[in-house]
Amino acid sequence: MGVNVNPTAAQLVEMYRRMVRIRLFEETALENRTEIPGMVHTSVGMEASNVGACMALREDDYMVGTHRSHGHPIAKGARIDRLFAELLGKVTGVNQGKGGSMHLSDFSVGSLGETSIVGSGLPTATGAALGSKLQGVDRVALCFFGDGAAAQGTFHESLNLAAIWTLPAVYVCENNAYGEWTAFSDSCSVPDIARRAAAYDMPGVIVDGQDVVAVHEAVAGAVARARSGGGPSLVETRTYRYFGHAGGAEASPTYRDLAEVEQWRTRDPLPLHRERLLADGVLTAGQLDEVDDDERRSVEEAWKFALDSPFPEPEAAYEHVFTNPVAVRRHF
Amino acid sequence: MSKLTYTQAITAALREELARDPRVFVMGEDVASNIVGYHPGFAEEFGRERVRDTPIAEAGFVGAAAGAAMVGMRPVVDMMIAPFMYVAFDQIVSIIAKATYLYGGQTKMPITIRAGMWHGASIAAQHSDRPMATLATIPGLKIVAPASPYDVKGLLKAAVRDDDPVVCLEAKRGWPTAQEIPDEEYVIPLGEAEVKREGADVTVVAVSSAVRAALDVADSLREDGISVEVVDPRTIVPLDIATILASVEKTGRLVVADPCHEMCSVASEVSATVAEHGFWNLRSPIARVTTPNTHIPFSPALEPGLYPTADRIAAAVHGVLAAASTR
Ligand SMILES: Cc1ncc(C[n+]2csc(CCOP(=O)(O)OP(=O)(O)O)c2C)c(N)n1
Ligand SMILES: [Mg+2]
Repeated sequence: MGVNVNPTAAQLVEMYRRMVRIRLFEETALENRTEIPGMVHTSVGMEASNVGACMALREDDYMVGTHRSHGHPIAKGARIDRLFAELLGKVTGVNQGKGGSMHLSDFSVGSLGETSIVGSGLPTATGAALGSKLQGVDRVALCFFGDGAAAQGTFHESLNLAAIWTLPAVYVCENNAYGEWTAFSDSCSVPDIARRAAAYDMPGVIVDGQDVVAVHEAVAGAVARARSGGGPSLVETRTYRYFGHAGGAEASPTYRDLAEVEQWRTRDPLPLHRERLLADGVLTAGQLDEVDDDERRSVEEAWKFALDSPFPEPEAAYEHVFTNPVAVRRHF
Repeated sequence: MSKLTYTQAITAALREELARDPRVFVMGEDVASNIVGYHPGFAEEFGRERVRDTPIAEAGFVGAAAGAAMVGMRPVVDMMIAPFMYVAFDQIVSIIAKATYLYGGQTKMPITIRAGMWHGASIAAQHSDRPMATLATIPGLKIVAPASPYDVKGLLKAAVRDDDPVVCLEAKRGWPTAQEIPDEEYVIPLGEAEVKREGADVTVVAVSSAVRAALDVADSLREDGISVEVVDPRTIVPLDIATILASVEKTGRLVVADPCHEMCSVASEVSATVAEHGFWNLRSPIARVTTPNTHIPFSPALEPGLYPTADRIAAAVHGVLAAASTR
């Protein structure tokens, strides 16, 4: 995309830190799966895509996620104690217990809502970009969505709108090879989502989704273009989810080969980036271990905070339907 | 007789209809891979043309069902979870429900739309909808809301055979146990309510997931000497109001338990119709037990009590019994 944005050493370290944080957050969620009500879709394996993209954004830029969005708000800088509390339906949760795992949305870091209806976030991000433009501010809106979501009409409609209106939007398709149990190749008419950018006359690139720096560079280029009035872009990160669609390790999945999972694990984004930091002399092994320990401690503390937090009171079920409430018959 | 769960009863109905009529085919997300469990072995048995996986494109494939129906197919569309149908709402409301009328009767629309109502599962506001009443406001759609394994098997088969669009709104969590079901084929005609418990003191009209709760209430109140009649409409459109009115004529008291949101719920429709046509048989005001007009929250501390639970239905039964007789 013509813009080469080299991350600083501090940014490289922060990328590592956030990837470790996401990994530990997800592992904690899976270890405690029975405590967590409802559905849980983890981002394990996709950390580089989450973090590389979000760290190409400013803190005041917007971001929209999906049902698989524990990693997105964390990558954008959200506090994990409130995310954990949300997973448990506690009043201290980022959505005050209203949303749960599929809807972890921290507006304080620019997240405008993780939404569990596949494809429904694309127009929201498009609208945020429109708002930015109308307000004359230079905030960019980034939308994450899956390979499966690219089959929805909202994908095509959003990209067309963003293109004809020259909106500051960046569409990041995290192509993890499957939508539920359907292989990407069975749901998509073309071999790459990025190719569809041509239909909307915007740049489309494919990037190694396991390489956080590569993702960062591609998304930073798209963000720079958007911010400078150049319009929208589509970035496809080729990545993979290690665990089941909604849950933990799969014993014998019918839709994919466990050998394929193992193959992807050999290019795990965390050690990949760790080795780069070592090789480039950014951090020593000892310093990297310190980051790991630091994050482990804070993830443990955050989980404990969530466990110790109270549940909401029954009246809370009736709050937030409207900003200016109307009378509703209640049942307690 | 065989013991079948709600899901197994759906499987049995679909298998029989696929085997019976080559025009029938099922389509939806991950149906061939059987992700939810309705279609075990179907891909092998009927082939992937008739057990058709779709991309995540509800507007597209639900709309495609309409076109296929117009040219003589009988599609069964699997929405997986009910609110996903909103993505396809234009196709459902403007094409599927209206085509027969709009085109002056030139086309039939034999489409079955299956949609699971997965409420009570801590999956929050976007996944927990029970859109029975929402859909019932749209002329041209028939709506079935089977509560039990027996009913879902018979009604789903009737839906597939009907020449009009039928939305089958399934509440498998509402009937958690298996049920004895005849091995012989049976079809339950659309529009027939069933008196699921006979009783003399109070009529409880219970819809979908409220039926199991109402039956439990009837069984426990019997021990206290209160005789509750439970009527399950089973079909929302067309609604068998005659059976409901006959029951109210006998008992003089009506509670309507319905997991829809209170505003314009199925309970509201039943109540209004009984108030219009059965008013002089009522000995006390009608009580609705519905989900209040708030969204479904994720937190397990908030969600369960919002639906018509056995406790809430029992309280309503006591309430209508305590209300002073007006006759
Ligand atoms: C409109 C809609 N249809 C179906 C679903 C059920 N569903 C949840 S996640 C999912 C797969 C999504 O695939 P993809 O976009 O690739 O995201 P991934 O899960 O791989 O991250 C499906 C079909 C849904 N939530 N919303
Ligand atoms: Mg995917």
